[in-house]
Amino acid sequence: MPDLSDYTNYRTGEPLVDAKAPTGPVAERWDTRRFEAKLVNPANRRKHTVIVVGTGLAGGSAGATLAEQGYHVIQFCFQDSPRRAHSVAAQGGINAAKNYRNDGDSVHRLFYDTVKGGDFRARESNVHRLAEISVEIIDQCVAQGVPFAREYGGLLDNRSFGGVQVSRTFYARGQTGQQLLLGAYQALSRQIAAGNVELHSRTEMLDLVVVDGKARGIVARDLVTGKIDTYFADAVVLASGGYGNVFYLSTNAMNSNATAIWRAHRRGAWFANPCFTQIHPTCIPRTGDHQSKLTLMSESLRNDGRIWVPKAKGDDRPANRIPEDERDYYLERVYPAFGNLVPRDIASRAAKNVCDEGRGVGPGGQGVYLDFAEAIERMGRKKVEEKYGNLFDMYARITAEDPYETPMRIYPAVHYTMGGLWVDYDLQTTIPGLFAIGEANFSDHGANRLGASALMQGLADGYFVLPSTINDYLARNPHTEEIDAGHPAVAEAVAETEDRLNLLLAVDGDRTPDSFHREIGELMWEFCGMARTEEGLRKALGRIPQIREEFWRRIKVPGTGEQFNQSLEKANRVVDYLELAELMCLDALHRAESCGGHFREESQTPDGEAARRDEEFSYAAAWEFSATGDAPVLHKEDLVFEYVHPTQRSYA
Amino acid sequence: MKLTLRVWRQQNAEAPGAMATYEVDGISQDMSFLEMLDTLNEELILGGDEPVAFDHDCREGICGACSLVINGDAHGPERTTTCQLHMRSFDDGDTIDIEPWRASAFPVVKDLVVDRSSFDRIIQAGGYISAPTGTAPDAHATPVPKPDADSAFEHAECIGCGACVAACPNGSAMLFTSAKVNHLNVLPQGAPERETRVLDMVATMDDEGFGGCTLTGECATACPKGIPLPSITAMNKEWLRATRKVRR
Repeated sequence: MPDLSDYTNYRTGEPLVDAKAPTGPVAERWDTRRFEAKLVNPANRRKHTVIVVGTGLAGGSAGATLAEQGYHVIQFCFQDSPRRAHSVAAQGGINAAKNYRNDGDSVHRLFYDTVKGGDFRARESNVHRLAEISVEIIDQCVAQGVPFAREYGGLLDNRSFGGVQVSRTFYARGQTGQQLLLGAYQALSRQIAAGNVELHSRTEMLDLVVVDGKARGIVARDLVTGKIDTYFADAVVLASGGYGNVFYLSTNAMNSNATAIWRAHRRGAWFANPCFTQIHPTCIPRTGDHQSKLTLMSESLRNDGRIWVPKAKGDDRPANRIPEDERDYYLERVYPAFGNLVPRDIASRAAKNVCDEGRGVGPGGQGVYLDFAEAIERMGRKKVEEKYGNLFDMYARITAEDPYETPMRIYPAVHYTMGGLWVDYDLQTTIPGLFAIGEANFSDHGANRLGASALMQGLADGYFVLPSTINDYLARNPHTEEIDAGHPAVAEAVAETEDRLNLLLAVDGDRTPDSFHREIGELMWEFCGMARTEEGLRKALGRIPQIREEFWRRIKVPGTGEQFNQSLEKANRVVDYLELAELMCLDALHRAESCGGHFREESQTPDGEAARRDEEFSYAAAWEFSATGDAPVLHKEDLVFEYVHPTQRSYA
Repeated sequence: MKLTLRVWRQQNAEAPGAMATYEVDGISQDMSFLEMLDTLNEELILGGDEPVAFDHDCREGICGACSLVINGDAHGPERTTTCQLHMRSFDDGDTIDIEPWRASAFPVVKDLVVDRSSFDRIIQAGGYISAPTGTAPDAHATPVPKPDADSAFEHAECIGCGACVAACPNGSAMLFTSAKVNHLNVLPQGAPERETRVLDMVATMDDEGFGGCTLTGECATACPKGIPLPSITAMNKEWLRATRKVRR
């Protein structure tokens, strides 16, 4: 086994100099790229096959759109239906620079807010394109019948969200993700019926097939029969989501996992900024060790709810017995301009700080109040119900407390991962023919994602960006050589997958997959969570190889591989978490600055805010895999800011 | 809490199934029902047995994956999804029966997992608005009266879990199908395909082997999202209107 010094002793390889973004005025780059991209003749498109892994907002919209264009699409999801991808759980809304409120919004302002919100760690060209496309997404979704909230005049309603001062968020009560996903799912269903999309549900990608340096297919397991099969295409698109479940407890769905992107990483796709994870400030606190996942309460609640803790340490009186002047509305106090609507990373850290001071509320002092008493008085209970009713109901169901009477208790939880596979402006990874879209890539959010921007990015990538850029690759890479299961590269990928699963079944140890998942998750939450230190990260990096070694000695997976076997699925995902966790810690260790969601205690301003170190770290860190436990190679993509000048973020 | 669980075990679609009895102890009131099953499964794995297979994913009541019949009720005693059901709804010493959705159009895959792909095929038959990417006019080009938008939303809330089918004595999918028909047919954007949509979706629903509707109303009672029973009568009206308008 490699010792710690081996893994942290990484080498810096050649920099990433060309991300393929055109030069020229930022507002014209997307037009330029689309014009310069080669196209595939409509009559030839059906001869091209594209594999899309995942059916969330990014994958569903990409599969539908590519099929509409005439490509043959093979699409995969591990759920029983594409409609269940975890995008379904997004609550709050989707941003778009429509300026329907006439409140000073514009494409440029959305661009500016997103670059600033991301703490100057995203590529300007990509973010500007995202802001431009945001407008078209709303049009597209309305045309599909997405039932956004409307006003009495029949026009669309908007609300505001954290980190911005305009109302640009479109929403469908607290179920925006569900409604947008159903729009994409229905568009995909139409293409399935038309025979343009071949859907494989309950089928999980377990490896990528790379032939002559190009992505040509995947290895996947039918989760019902256990059969391992290969599928081939001219290009592969990963839309498999983020890797937040590495923390065990997160707001991700139970089955969301990192296997597709991690296996692609092992095959040569570089992984960028893995330590950029988002801790969402408004989740329901955990109740005990049995906790299997955490539930988010939409950030939109911060529009009307006021966050507070008692001024005094250890004040355990019920909330309604604590008089107004003994409460500390700490966000309003410290950030008067944005108040309760500061970006997520700031709100989360502030909550952690007051809890660390011993002023937290609820079991274990791991919570802060989110209080609607003032909103109910101002707007009336009916209006509050209309706006947030389903969220209040959900809270009441989980906690058995009535938020109309008692303030909600909230605490931060892992929610989203800004890092992901490195992609160029075309959303292509470092493996030619392999594309990554949505949360699976690292592209648009920098070190912190603003609320209501994940849905925007997923749909921008799937409906508009990828379908315009993948043409260029397909047109320049006409595959004349057919490959089949007998190809050595294919046989190797299949054999590796089978060996791994067989080994998992053969160990027959004394610990369950869940117990290892919980152990690695707790380690990551402690040392690579809301606040990170060099000492803690080194500790975690020392521990992870030991857990990995123990895993392969003690894992127990009952049943066989030739059947529906949820333990085997889980164990195989944990294998990848145990490697990914190590890279996340190394990335967090190497980035000796604080930025966005990555807070290094050694790098903070005198008043405790994240202190960036632009001279040293104004780059995206893309890691190249070498071998399990061996130091990866770091490649830097320097970030150039021509339009939004990096400043210390201020929301005061 | 200490509980006795009687759980449907079935190795695969072909094998016969049977109820098996398990005891679980140390169950907290704050656990969700699925966390209680997690506890059982951890014990089963360590004992060398196969854990009970069940579908679940978001555990927030929105993905529609979880699907258990608990003591004879789809999603159990509260009007919610199985994942949002908590153990405080049960008492120490209770015996709880846990079964999969029972319907001929939802064959059992394993234990408590069923195949609901028939729902996907109903949507594929017409549960969409044909609006290829790039063709959309400005979102404000067509205002939608708020009552219509609200009605569309109310029906669009369906999560496709299948509790309506599981609860129905006839195994009918009318509530599911009507929710999608009414979501799209009430909107101006859905108008051009209004007739074909309802005709094709209903025809596919019948072909998939779902039973007929006798308006017993069990579906709407079991629906965790509160899709109302009149949704079915509204669809029947749409269907009648369409049969008169469209000659096939």
